[in-house]
Amino acid sequence: MSKQTLIPIGPYHPLQEEPELFKLYCDGEIVKDVKWETGYNHRGIEKLAEKKSYDEVFFLVERICGICSTSHPFAFANSVEEIAGVEIPNRAKYIRSIIGELERLHSHLLWVGLAGHFLGYNTVFMWAWKYREPVLDLFEMISGNRNSYAMFKVGGVRRDIENQKIPAIEKVLSLVKKKTDMLVGAVMDDPVIHARTKGVGILSKEDILDFAAVGPTARASGIDMDVRRDDPYAAYPLVNWKVITAEAGDVFAKAQVRLLEMYESISIIDQCLAGLKKEKEGEVTVKVKHIPEGYGTGRAEAPRGEVFHFVVSDGSNSPARHKIRAPSYTNISTFKKSCVGQSISDATISLAAVDPCYCCTERLAVALDRKSGKRILNAKEIISHSTSITNKLLNKNP
Amino acid sequence: MVIDKLKETFSKEILDLEVRNDRRFTLTIDPAALLPVSEHLFRNLGYRFIIASALHTKQGFEIYYHFSNDSTGLILNLHVILEQVKPEIESLSNMFEASNWIEREMHELFGIDFLNHPNLEQLLSEGNWATGEYPYRKKFKSNGEAQA
Repeated sequence: MSKQTLIPIGPYHPLQEEPELFKLYCDGEIVKDVKWETGYNHRGIEKLAEKKSYDEVFFLVERICGICSTSHPFAFANSVEEIAGVEIPNRAKYIRSIIGELERLHSHLLWVGLAGHFLGYNTVFMWAWKYREPVLDLFEMISGNRNSYAMFKVGGVRRDIENQKIPAIEKVLSLVKKKTDMLVGAVMDDPVIHARTKGVGILSKEDILDFAAVGPTARASGIDMDVRRDDPYAAYPLVNWKVITAEAGDVFAKAQVRLLEMYESISIIDQCLAGLKKEKEGEVTVKVKHIPEGYGTGRAEAPRGEVFHFVVSDGSNSPARHKIRAPSYTNISTFKKSCVGQSISDATISLAAVDPCYCCTERLAVALDRKSGKRILNAKEIISHSTSITNKLLNKNP
Repeated sequence: MVIDKLKETFSKEILDLEVRNDRRFTLTIDPAALLPVSEHLFRNLGYRFIIASALHTKQGFEIYYHFSNDSTGLILNLHVILEQVKPEIESLSNMFEASNWIEREMHELFGIDFLNHPNLEQLLSEGNWATGEYPYRKKFKSNGEAQA
Protein backbone atom coordinates (compact mmCIF):
# COMPACT_ATOMS: atom_id res chain seq x y z
CA MET A 1 0.00 0.00 0.00
CA SER A 2 1.31 3.43 -0.85
CA LYS A 3 1.88 6.00 1.86
CA GLN A 4 -1.20 8.05 2.73
CA THR A 5 -1.41 11.57 4.12
CA LEU A 6 -3.91 12.37 6.85
CA ILE A 7 -5.67 15.70 6.48
CA PRO A 8 -7.86 16.59 9.47
CA ILE A 9 -10.86 18.89 9.10
CA GLY A 10 -11.95 19.84 12.60
CA PRO A 11 -12.91 19.42 15.34
CA TYR A 12 -12.58 23.21 15.38
CA HIS A 13 -12.10 24.45 11.87
CA PRO A 14 -13.03 27.65 10.01
CA LEU A 15 -15.07 25.55 7.59
CA GLN A 16 -17.47 24.40 10.26
CA GLU A 17 -19.27 26.33 12.93
CA GLU A 18 -19.96 23.11 14.81
CA PRO A 19 -17.31 20.80 16.19
CA GLU A 20 -16.80 17.53 14.34
CA LEU A 21 -13.61 15.86 13.18
CA PHE A 22 -13.25 14.48 9.67
CA LYS A 23 -10.03 12.68 8.81
CA LEU A 24 -9.30 12.53 5.10
CA TYR A 25 -6.78 9.87 4.15
CA CYS A 26 -5.22 11.05 0.90
CA ASP A 27 -2.89 9.62 -1.68
CA GLY A 28 -1.53 12.68 -3.46
CA GLU A 29 -4.58 14.81 -4.24
CA ILE A 30 -7.05 11.94 -4.12
CA VAL A 31 -9.12 11.13 -1.03
CA LYS A 32 -8.83 7.41 -0.34
CA ASP A 33 -10.82 7.07 2.88
CA VAL A 34 -12.80 9.21 5.32
CA LYS A 35 -13.17 8.62 9.02
CA TRP A 36 -14.81 10.87 11.55
CA GLU A 37 -15.21 11.42 15.22
CA THR A 38 -18.52 12.71 16.53
CA GLY A 39 -19.80 13.46 19.97
CA TYR A 40 -18.17 16.86 20.54
CA ASN A 41 -21.67 18.26 20.59
CA HIS A 42 -23.45 15.53 22.54
CA ARG A 43 -25.75 17.22 25.02
CA GLY A 44 -27.76 14.28 26.31
CA ILE A 45 -31.02 15.82 25.12
CA GLU A 46 -32.87 12.48 24.99
CA LYS A 47 -32.07 11.89 28.64
CA LEU A 48 -32.88 15.49 29.58
CA ALA A 49 -36.31 15.13 27.97
CA GLU A 50 -37.21 12.43 30.50
CA LYS A 51 -36.92 15.04 33.26
CA LYS A 52 -39.08 17.69 31.62
CA SER A 53 -42.81 18.09 31.23
CA TYR A 54 -44.35 17.76 27.77
CA ASP A 55 -44.64 21.54 27.54
CA GLU A 56 -40.99 22.05 28.45
CA VAL A 57 -39.74 19.41 26.01
CA PHE A 58 -40.85 21.70 23.16
CA PHE A 59 -38.35 24.33 24.27
CA LEU A 60 -35.69 21.69 24.72
CA VAL A 61 -36.01 20.05 21.30
CA GLU A 62 -36.21 23.46 19.66
CA ARG A 63 -32.62 23.94 20.76
CA ILE A 64 -31.28 20.80 19.10
CA CYS A 65 -30.71 22.78 15.94
CA GLY A 66 -30.55 26.51 15.49
CA ILE A 67 -31.45 26.59 11.83
CA CYS A 68 -34.28 24.09 11.64
CA SER A 69 -35.51 24.92 15.13
CA THR A 70 -39.15 24.25 14.27
CA SER A 71 -38.80 20.84 12.69
CA HIS A 72 -38.09 19.09 15.99
CA PRO A 73 -41.09 20.57 17.84
CA PHE A 74 -43.10 19.69 14.70
CA ALA A 75 -42.16 16.00 14.87
CA PHE A 76 -42.51 15.95 18.66
CA ALA A 77 -45.99 17.47 18.45
CA ASN A 78 -46.95 14.89 15.81
CA SER A 79 -45.80 12.01 18.00
CA VAL A 80 -47.44 13.25 21.22
CA GLU A 81 -50.67 14.04 19.39
CA GLU A 82 -50.58 10.50 18.00
CA ILE A 83 -50.41 9.13 21.54
CA ALA A 84 -53.21 11.38 22.77
CA GLY A 85 -55.28 11.03 19.57
CA VAL A 86 -55.66 14.79 19.21
CA GLU A 87 -56.89 16.54 16.07
CA ILE A 88 -55.79 20.18 15.98
CA PRO A 89 -57.87 23.05 14.56
CA ASN A 90 -57.41 23.96 10.88
CA ARG A 91 -56.05 27.39 11.70
CA ALA A 92 -53.29 25.79 13.79
CA LYS A 93 -52.52 23.43 10.92
CA TYR A 94 -52.06 26.34 8.54
CA ILE A 95 -49.89 28.22 11.03
CA ARG A 96 -47.70 25.17 11.61
CA SER A 97 -47.15 24.74 7.88
CA ILE A 98 -46.43 28.45 7.40
CA ILE A 99 -43.76 28.35 10.11
CA GLY A 100 -42.30 25.13 8.68
CA GLU A 101 -42.09 26.52 5.17
CA LEU A 102 -40.70 29.92 6.19
CA GLU A 103 -38.01 27.98 7.97
CA ARG A 104 -37.28 25.93 4.85
CA LEU A 105 -36.95 29.19 2.91
CA HIS A 106 -34.39 30.72 5.24
CA SER A 107 -32.55 27.44 5.69
CA HIS A 108 -32.20 26.86 1.94
CA LEU A 109 -31.08 30.47 1.45
CA LEU A 110 -28.48 29.92 4.14
CA TRP A 111 -27.26 26.77 2.40
CA VAL A 112 -27.06 28.37 -1.04
CA GLY A 113 -24.96 31.14 0.50
CA LEU A 114 -22.65 28.73 2.29
CA ALA A 115 -22.24 26.56 -0.79
CA GLY A 116 -21.27 29.64 -2.79
CA HIS A 117 -18.82 30.59 -0.06
CA PHE A 118 -17.18 27.14 -0.06
CA LEU A 119 -16.70 27.42 -3.82
CA GLY A 120 -15.15 30.86 -3.47
CA TYR A 121 -18.21 32.54 -5.00
CA ASN A 122 -18.84 35.05 -2.25
CA THR A 123 -21.28 37.19 -4.21
CA VAL A 124 -23.85 34.40 -3.94
CA PHE A 125 -23.09 34.19 -0.22
CA MET A 126 -23.74 37.92 0.26
CA TRP A 127 -26.92 37.88 -1.82
CA ALA A 128 -28.43 34.78 -0.28
CA TRP A 129 -27.79 35.92 3.27
CA LYS A 130 -29.03 39.41 2.52
CA TYR A 131 -32.39 38.09 1.34
CA ARG A 132 -32.58 35.63 4.20
CA GLU A 133 -32.81 38.58 6.60
CA PRO A 134 -36.36 39.67 5.63
CA VAL A 135 -37.54 36.09 6.31
CA LEU A 136 -35.99 36.21 9.79
CA ASP A 137 -37.65 39.60 10.32
CA LEU A 138 -40.97 37.91 9.54
CA PHE A 139 -40.28 35.38 12.28
CA GLU A 140 -39.56 38.23 14.66
CA MET A 141 -42.86 39.83 13.73
CA ILE A 142 -44.82 36.57 14.13
CA SER A 143 -43.19 35.10 17.21
CA GLY A 144 -40.93 37.77 18.70
CA ASN A 145 -37.82 35.71 17.91
CA ARG A 146 -35.72 35.42 14.80
CA ASN A 147 -34.93 31.85 15.75
CA SER A 148 -36.35 29.30 18.23
CA TYR A 149 -39.85 30.60 17.71
CA ALA A 150 -41.63 28.69 20.51
CA MET A 151 -44.77 28.44 18.35
CA PHE A 152 -45.72 24.82 18.98
CA LYS A 153 -47.58 23.08 21.78
CA VAL A 154 -49.51 19.88 22.16
CA GLY A 155 -52.91 20.56 20.62
CA GLY A 156 -52.01 23.50 18.43
CA VAL A 157 -49.82 26.59 18.41
CA ARG A 158 -49.00 29.14 21.08
CA ARG A 159 -49.58 32.26 19.03
CA ASP A 160 -51.98 33.14 16.27
CA ILE A 161 -50.89 34.83 13.06
CA GLU A 162 -53.52 37.57 13.03
CA ASN A 163 -55.08 38.36 9.67
CA GLN A 164 -53.71 41.92 9.84
CA LYS A 165 -50.18 40.52 9.58
CA ILE A 166 -50.89 38.63 6.34
CA PRO A 167 -50.15 41.54 3.93
CA ALA A 168 -46.69 42.02 5.49
CA ILE A 169 -45.90 38.32 5.01
CA GLU A 170 -47.12 38.42 1.42
CA LYS A 171 -44.94 41.44 0.72
CA VAL A 172 -41.79 39.68 1.94
CA LEU A 173 -42.70 36.54 0.01
CA SER A 174 -43.00 38.41 -3.27
CA LEU A 175 -39.58 39.98 -2.62
CA VAL A 176 -38.02 36.59 -1.81
CA LYS A 177 -39.60 35.08 -4.91
CA LYS A 178 -38.04 37.77 -7.10
CA LYS A 179 -34.66 37.29 -5.46
CA THR A 180 -34.94 33.51 -5.79
CA ASP A 181 -35.27 34.04 -9.55
CA MET A 182 -32.03 35.97 -9.38
CA LEU A 183 -30.27 33.31 -7.30
CA VAL A 184 -31.49 30.49 -9.53
CA GLY A 185 -30.05 32.39 -12.48
CA ALA A 186 -26.79 33.04 -10.65
CA VAL A 187 -26.32 29.38 -9.73
CA MET A 188 -27.85 27.47 -12.64
CA ASP A 189 -26.30 29.50 -15.45
CA ASP A 190 -22.87 30.05 -14.01
CA PRO A 191 -20.15 28.11 -15.88
CA VAL A 192 -17.83 28.16 -12.84
CA ILE A 193 -20.47 26.60 -10.59
CA HIS A 194 -21.20 24.01 -13.26
CA ALA A 195 -17.50 23.15 -13.43
CA ARG A 196 -17.14 22.89 -9.65
CA THR A 197 -20.34 20.98 -8.83
CA LYS A 198 -21.36 18.82 -11.78
CA GLY A 199 -20.18 15.24 -11.46
CA VAL A 200 -18.85 16.01 -7.97
CA GLY A 201 -19.86 14.08 -4.84
CA ILE A 202 -22.19 11.73 -6.69
CA LEU A 203 -24.52 9.54 -4.64
CA SER A 204 -26.33 6.80 -6.54
CA LYS A 205 -29.83 5.56 -5.74
CA GLU A 206 -28.32 2.44 -4.17
CA ASP A 207 -26.09 4.57 -1.92
CA ILE A 208 -29.12 6.53 -0.71
CA LEU A 209 -31.04 3.34 0.11
CA ASP A 210 -28.00 1.83 1.80
CA PHE A 211 -27.33 4.84 4.03
CA ALA A 212 -31.06 5.67 4.31
CA ALA A 213 -30.30 9.29 3.44
CA VAL A 214 -33.30 11.61 3.42
CA GLY A 215 -34.53 14.98 2.21
CA PRO A 216 -32.92 16.96 -0.63
CA THR A 217 -29.91 14.62 -0.47
CA ALA A 218 -32.15 11.67 -1.44
CA ARG A 219 -34.35 13.65 -3.82
CA ALA A 220 -31.31 14.84 -5.79
CA SER A 221 -30.49 11.18 -6.49
CA GLY A 222 -33.89 10.48 -7.98
CA ILE A 223 -35.56 9.09 -4.85
CA ASP A 224 -39.07 10.51 -4.83
CA MET A 225 -39.73 10.85 -1.12
CA ASP A 226 -41.05 13.64 1.05
CA VAL A 227 -42.73 13.08 4.40
CA ARG A 228 -45.00 16.07 3.81
CA ARG A 229 -46.65 14.16 0.96
CA ASP A 230 -46.07 10.51 1.95
CA ASP A 231 -47.19 10.72 5.58
CA PRO A 232 -49.26 13.90 5.50
CA TYR A 233 -49.50 16.14 8.55
CA ALA A 234 -50.46 19.74 9.37
CA ALA A 235 -51.86 21.65 6.35
CA TYR A 236 -49.80 19.90 3.65
CA PRO A 237 -52.68 17.71 2.42
CA LEU A 238 -54.88 20.83 2.18
CA VAL A 239 -52.70 22.68 -0.36
CA ASN A 240 -51.31 21.95 -3.82
CA TRP A 241 -47.58 21.53 -4.31
CA LYS A 242 -45.15 19.10 -5.83
CA VAL A 243 -42.05 17.21 -4.72
CA ILE A 244 -38.90 18.34 -6.53
CA THR A 245 -36.48 15.64 -7.62
CA ALA A 246 -33.37 15.45 -9.79
CA GLU A 247 -31.55 12.46 -11.21
CA ALA A 248 -27.82 13.23 -11.27
CA GLY A 249 -27.07 12.82 -7.54
CA ASP A 250 -24.18 15.30 -7.64
CA VAL A 251 -23.71 18.57 -5.78
CA PHE A 252 -25.33 20.52 -8.61
CA ALA A 253 -28.47 18.37 -8.41
CA LYS A 254 -28.68 19.01 -4.67
CA ALA A 255 -28.43 22.76 -5.26
CA GLN A 256 -31.08 22.52 -7.98
CA VAL A 257 -33.50 20.62 -5.72
CA ARG A 258 -33.09 23.12 -2.89
CA LEU A 259 -33.49 26.17 -5.10
CA LEU A 260 -36.61 24.85 -6.82
CA GLU A 261 -38.06 23.76 -3.47
CA MET A 262 -38.04 27.40 -2.42
CA TYR A 263 -40.69 28.18 -5.05
CA GLU A 264 -42.84 25.33 -3.70
CA SER A 265 -42.44 26.67 -0.15
CA ILE A 266 -43.53 30.14 -1.26
CA SER A 267 -46.56 28.64 -3.01
CA ILE A 268 -47.46 26.56 0.08
CA ILE A 269 -47.25 29.63 2.33
CA ASP A 270 -49.40 31.65 -0.08
CA GLN A 271 -52.10 28.97 -0.06
CA CYS A 272 -51.91 28.63 3.73
CA LEU A 273 -52.31 32.39 4.14
CA ALA A 274 -55.42 32.19 1.95
CA GLY A 275 -56.61 29.33 4.17
CA LEU A 276 -56.00 31.40 7.31
CA LYS A 277 -58.35 34.10 6.07
CA LYS A 278 -61.20 31.55 5.94
CA GLU A 279 -60.67 30.33 9.52
CA LYS A 280 -61.79 32.17 12.62
CA GLU A 281 -59.06 34.18 14.33
CA GLY A 282 -57.90 32.91 17.70
CA GLU A 283 -58.96 29.27 17.25
CA VAL A 284 -55.46 27.86 17.33
CA THR A 285 -55.49 25.26 20.06
CA VAL A 286 -57.48 22.44 21.61
CA LYS A 287 -57.10 21.62 25.27
CA VAL A 288 -55.19 18.41 26.00
CA LYS A 289 -55.54 17.48 29.65
CA HIS A 290 -53.65 14.23 29.82
CA ILE A 291 -51.17 12.25 27.74
CA PRO A 292 -52.23 8.61 28.16
CA GLU A 293 -49.91 5.63 28.42
CA GLY A 294 -48.55 4.45 25.08
CA TYR A 295 -46.10 5.43 22.42
CA GLY A 296 -46.11 7.50 19.28
CA THR A 297 -43.95 7.96 16.22
CA GLY A 298 -43.96 11.40 14.69
CA ARG A 299 -42.09 12.79 11.75
CA ALA A 300 -41.75 16.03 9.88
CA GLU A 301 -39.88 17.12 6.78
CA ALA A 302 -37.16 19.50 7.93
CA PRO A 303 -35.17 21.51 5.37
CA ARG A 304 -32.55 18.74 5.52
CA GLY A 305 -34.96 15.80 5.42
CA GLU A 306 -37.08 13.66 7.66
CA VAL A 307 -36.94 14.34 11.40
CA PHE A 308 -38.14 11.39 13.43
CA HIS A 309 -39.29 11.37 17.06
CA PHE A 310 -40.32 8.33 19.07
CA VAL A 311 -42.01 9.12 22.37
CA VAL A 312 -42.97 6.61 25.04
CA SER A 313 -45.45 7.82 27.66
CA ASP A 314 -46.06 6.12 30.99
CA GLY A 315 -49.07 8.31 31.72
CA SER A 316 -47.08 10.85 33.77
CA ASN A 317 -46.43 14.39 32.58
CA SER A 318 -43.01 13.74 31.11
CA PRO A 319 -41.89 11.24 28.44
CA ALA A 320 -40.56 7.91 29.73
CA ARG A 321 -38.31 7.69 26.67
CA HIS A 322 -37.74 10.11 23.86
CA LYS A 323 -35.72 9.05 20.82
CA ILE A 324 -34.77 11.67 18.27
CA ARG A 325 -33.28 11.15 14.82
CA ALA A 326 -32.26 14.29 12.96
CA PRO A 327 -31.78 14.05 9.17
CA SER A 328 -28.05 14.85 9.32
CA TYR A 329 -27.56 11.67 11.34
CA THR A 330 -28.07 9.57 8.24
CA ASN A 331 -26.99 12.17 5.67
CA ILE A 332 -23.53 12.78 7.15
CA SER A 333 -22.62 9.10 6.92
CA THR A 334 -22.91 9.32 3.11
CA PHE A 335 -19.57 11.20 3.10
CA LYS A 336 -17.97 7.81 2.98
CA LYS A 337 -19.35 7.45 -0.54
CA SER A 338 -19.38 11.03 -1.80
CA CYS A 339 -15.80 12.05 -0.89
CA VAL A 340 -13.78 8.92 -1.58
CA GLY A 341 -12.06 8.87 -4.97
CA GLN A 342 -12.28 12.61 -5.46
CA SER A 343 -9.68 15.35 -5.13
CA ILE A 344 -9.24 17.15 -1.81
CA SER A 345 -10.51 20.42 -3.24
CA ASP A 346 -13.90 18.82 -3.97
CA ALA A 347 -14.18 17.33 -0.49
CA THR A 348 -15.39 20.53 1.18
CA ILE A 349 -18.29 21.09 -1.20
CA SER A 350 -19.17 17.40 -1.09
CA LEU A 351 -19.31 17.63 2.69
CA ALA A 352 -21.37 20.81 2.50
CA ALA A 353 -23.73 19.39 -0.14
CA VAL A 354 -25.83 17.43 2.37
CA ASP A 355 -26.19 20.63 4.41
CA PRO A 356 -24.84 19.24 7.67
CA CYS A 357 -26.56 21.04 10.49
CA TYR A 358 -24.48 24.00 11.69
CA CYS A 359 -25.67 26.08 14.55
CA CYS A 360 -25.55 29.72 13.58
CA THR A 361 -27.84 31.38 16.03
CA GLU A 362 -25.16 33.24 17.91
CA ARG A 363 -25.85 36.72 16.87
CA LEU A 364 -24.88 38.59 20.03
CA ALA A 365 -21.48 40.28 19.96
CA VAL A 366 -19.98 42.28 22.79
CA ALA A 367 -18.91 45.62 21.40
CA LEU A 368 -16.12 47.36 23.38
CA ASP A 369 -15.00 50.92 23.05
CA ARG A 370 -11.40 50.87 21.80
CA LYS A 371 -10.10 53.63 24.03
CA SER A 372 -11.88 53.05 27.31
CA GLY A 373 -12.49 49.30 26.91
CA LYS A 374 -16.05 49.80 28.18
CA ARG A 375 -19.03 48.00 26.69
CA ILE A 376 -20.84 50.13 24.15
CA LEU A 377 -24.12 48.29 24.70
CA ASN A 378 -25.10 46.37 27.81
CA ALA A 379 -27.60 43.53 27.93
CA LYS A 380 -30.52 45.81 28.83
CA GLU A 381 -29.77 48.16 25.97
CA ILE A 382 -29.50 45.28 23.51
CA ILE A 383 -32.90 43.94 24.61
CA SER A 384 -34.51 47.37 24.32
CA HIS A 385 -32.87 47.81 20.91
CA SER A 386 -34.29 44.47 19.78
CA THR A 387 -37.74 45.37 21.15
CA SER A 388 -37.70 48.68 19.34
CA ILE A 389 -36.94 46.90 16.04
CA THR A 390 -39.82 44.49 16.65
CA ASN A 391 -42.15 47.41 17.37
CA LYS A 392 -40.96 49.21 14.28
CA LEU A 393 -41.72 46.13 12.18
CA LEU A 394 -45.18 45.83 13.71
CA ASN A 395 -45.98 49.49 13.14
CA LYS A 396 -44.65 49.47 9.61
CA ASN A 397 -46.87 46.52 8.69
CA PRO A 398 -50.14 47.15 10.48
CA MET B 1 -52.67 -6.06 2.91
CA VAL B 2 -48.96 -6.00 3.75
CA ILE B 3 -49.38 -6.87 7.40
CA ASP B 4 -51.54 -9.93 6.70
CA LYS B 5 -48.99 -11.22 4.20
CA LEU B 6 -46.18 -10.65 6.69
CA LYS B 7 -48.13 -12.55 9.31
CA GLU B 8 -48.51 -15.43 6.89
CA THR B 9 -44.83 -15.49 5.90
CA PHE B 10 -43.51 -15.23 9.45
CA SER B 11 -46.31 -16.90 11.37
CA LYS B 12 -43.96 -18.47 13.90
CA GLU B 13 -41.63 -15.50 14.37
CA ILE B 14 -44.30 -12.86 14.93
CA LEU B 15 -45.37 -12.93 18.56
CA ASP B 16 -47.77 -10.00 18.57
CA LEU B 17 -49.29 -7.42 16.24
CA GLU B 18 -50.46 -4.01 17.37
CA VAL B 19 -52.36 -1.76 14.98
CA ARG B 20 -52.06 1.81 16.30
CA ASN B 21 -53.84 3.45 13.36
CA ASP B 22 -54.02 2.94 9.60
CA ARG B 23 -50.39 4.05 9.10
CA ARG B 24 -48.70 2.76 12.28
CA PHE B 25 -48.10 -0.92 13.05
CA THR B 26 -45.95 -2.68 15.60
CA LEU B 27 -44.85 -6.28 15.25
CA THR B 28 -43.30 -7.90 18.28
CA ILE B 29 -40.98 -10.59 16.98
CA ASP B 30 -38.67 -13.24 18.29
CA PRO B 31 -35.19 -11.59 18.54
CA ALA B 32 -33.70 -14.55 16.66
CA ALA B 33 -35.89 -13.69 13.65
CA LEU B 34 -34.76 -10.08 13.35
CA LEU B 35 -32.45 -10.68 10.39
CA PRO B 36 -34.87 -12.60 8.12
CA VAL B 37 -37.79 -10.26 8.86
CA SER B 38 -35.71 -7.09 8.27
CA GLU B 39 -34.19 -8.57 5.15
CA HIS B 40 -37.65 -9.32 3.78
CA LEU B 41 -38.81 -5.75 4.57
CA PHE B 42 -35.69 -4.10 3.11
CA ARG B 43 -34.98 -6.23 0.06
CA ASN B 44 -38.37 -7.57 -1.03
CA LEU B 45 -40.80 -4.90 0.12
CA GLY B 46 -38.58 -1.81 -0.30
CA TYR B 47 -38.88 -0.52 3.25
CA ARG B 48 -36.44 2.12 4.43
CA PHE B 49 -34.75 1.83 7.83
CA ILE B 50 -35.45 5.04 9.76
CA ILE B 51 -33.73 4.40 13.09
CA ALA B 52 -33.89 2.13 16.11
CA SER B 53 -34.91 3.19 19.63
CA ALA B 54 -33.77 1.30 22.68
CA LEU B 55 -35.52 1.42 26.05
CA HIS B 56 -34.65 -0.03 29.40
CA THR B 57 -37.74 -1.35 31.14
CA LYS B 58 -38.40 -3.83 33.91
CA GLN B 59 -38.94 -6.51 31.25
CA GLY B 60 -35.39 -6.03 29.97
CA PHE B 61 -34.04 -4.11 27.02
CA GLU B 62 -36.54 -3.33 24.32
CA ILE B 63 -35.59 -2.18 20.84
CA TYR B 64 -37.99 -0.72 18.32
CA TYR B 65 -36.62 -0.89 14.78
CA HIS B 66 -38.56 1.72 12.81
CA PHE B 67 -39.07 1.01 9.12
CA SER B 68 -40.83 3.31 6.69
CA ASN B 69 -42.69 2.57 3.49
CA ASP B 70 -42.42 5.84 1.62
CA SER B 71 -45.02 5.01 -1.01
CA THR B 72 -47.78 4.48 1.57
CA GLY B 73 -46.54 6.63 4.48
CA LEU B 74 -46.59 3.59 6.73
CA ILE B 75 -44.31 3.16 9.75
CA LEU B 76 -43.69 -0.42 10.78
CA ASN B 77 -42.01 -0.94 14.14
CA LEU B 78 -40.23 -4.23 14.73
CA HIS B 79 -40.22 -4.69 18.47
CA VAL B 80 -37.87 -7.09 20.24
CA ILE B 81 -37.37 -7.70 23.95
CA LEU B 82 -33.90 -8.70 25.09
CA GLU B 83 -32.97 -10.20 28.40
CA GLN B 84 -31.96 -8.04 31.37
CA VAL B 85 -28.60 -9.63 32.15
CA LYS B 86 -26.76 -10.05 28.85
CA PRO B 87 -28.65 -8.21 26.12
CA GLU B 88 -27.45 -9.13 22.64
CA ILE B 89 -28.92 -9.31 19.16
CA GLU B 90 -27.73 -9.70 15.56
CA SER B 91 -26.52 -6.51 13.88
CA LEU B 92 -28.31 -5.20 10.79
CA SER B 93 -25.24 -3.29 9.60
CA ASN B 94 -24.10 -6.01 7.22
CA MET B 95 -27.37 -5.54 5.34
CA PHE B 96 -27.38 -1.71 5.18
CA GLU B 97 -25.06 1.04 6.41
CA ALA B 98 -27.94 2.99 7.93
CA SER B 99 -27.93 1.03 11.19
CA ASN B 100 -24.17 1.26 11.72
CA TRP B 101 -24.12 4.40 13.89
CA ILE B 102 -27.28 3.77 15.88
CA GLU B 103 -26.14 0.28 16.88
CA ARG B 104 -22.85 1.71 18.08
CA GLU B 105 -24.78 4.36 19.97
CA MET B 106 -27.09 1.81 21.63
CA HIS B 107 -24.07 -0.29 22.51
CA GLU B 108 -22.47 2.72 24.15
CA LEU B 109 -25.49 4.12 25.98
CA PHE B 110 -27.35 0.92 26.93
CA GLY B 111 -24.66 -1.75 26.79
CA ILE B 112 -26.51 -3.87 24.24
CA ASP B 113 -24.19 -6.11 22.19
CA PHE B 114 -24.70 -6.29 18.44
CA LEU B 115 -23.35 -9.54 17.09
CA ASN B 116 -21.30 -9.45 13.87
CA HIS B 117 -21.29 -5.64 13.76
CA PRO B 118 -18.46 -4.51 11.41
CA ASN B 119 -17.11 -1.98 13.90
CA LEU B 120 -18.68 -1.76 17.34
CA GLU B 121 -16.44 1.11 18.56
CA GLN B 122 -17.77 3.93 20.68
CA LEU B 123 -19.50 6.62 18.63
CA LEU B 124 -19.97 9.49 21.06
CA SER B 125 -17.44 9.32 23.85
CA GLU B 126 -14.20 8.23 22.15
CA GLY B 127 -13.71 5.89 25.07
CA ASN B 128 -13.61 8.68 27.65
CA TRP B 129 -16.35 7.24 29.82
CA ALA B 130 -15.90 4.63 32.52
CA THR B 131 -16.11 1.12 31.10
CA GLY B 132 -19.17 -0.85 32.10
CA GLU B 133 -21.15 2.34 32.91
CA TYR B 134 -24.13 2.81 30.63
CA PRO B 135 -25.75 6.23 31.11
CA TYR B 136 -29.17 5.36 29.66
CA ARG B 137 -29.69 2.27 31.80
CA LYS B 138 -32.17 2.52 34.65
CA LYS B 139 -32.33 0.99 38.10
CA PHE B 140 -35.59 -0.62 39.14
CA LYS B 141 -37.14 -0.96 42.57
CA SER B 142 -38.59 -4.31 43.62
CA ASN B 143 -42.10 -3.16 42.61
CA GLY B 144 -40.84 -2.49 39.07
CA GLU B 145 -40.83 1.32 39.26
CA ALA B 146 -37.83 3.11 37.81
CA GLN B 147 -35.62 4.78 40.39
CA ALA B 148 -34.82 8.44 39.99
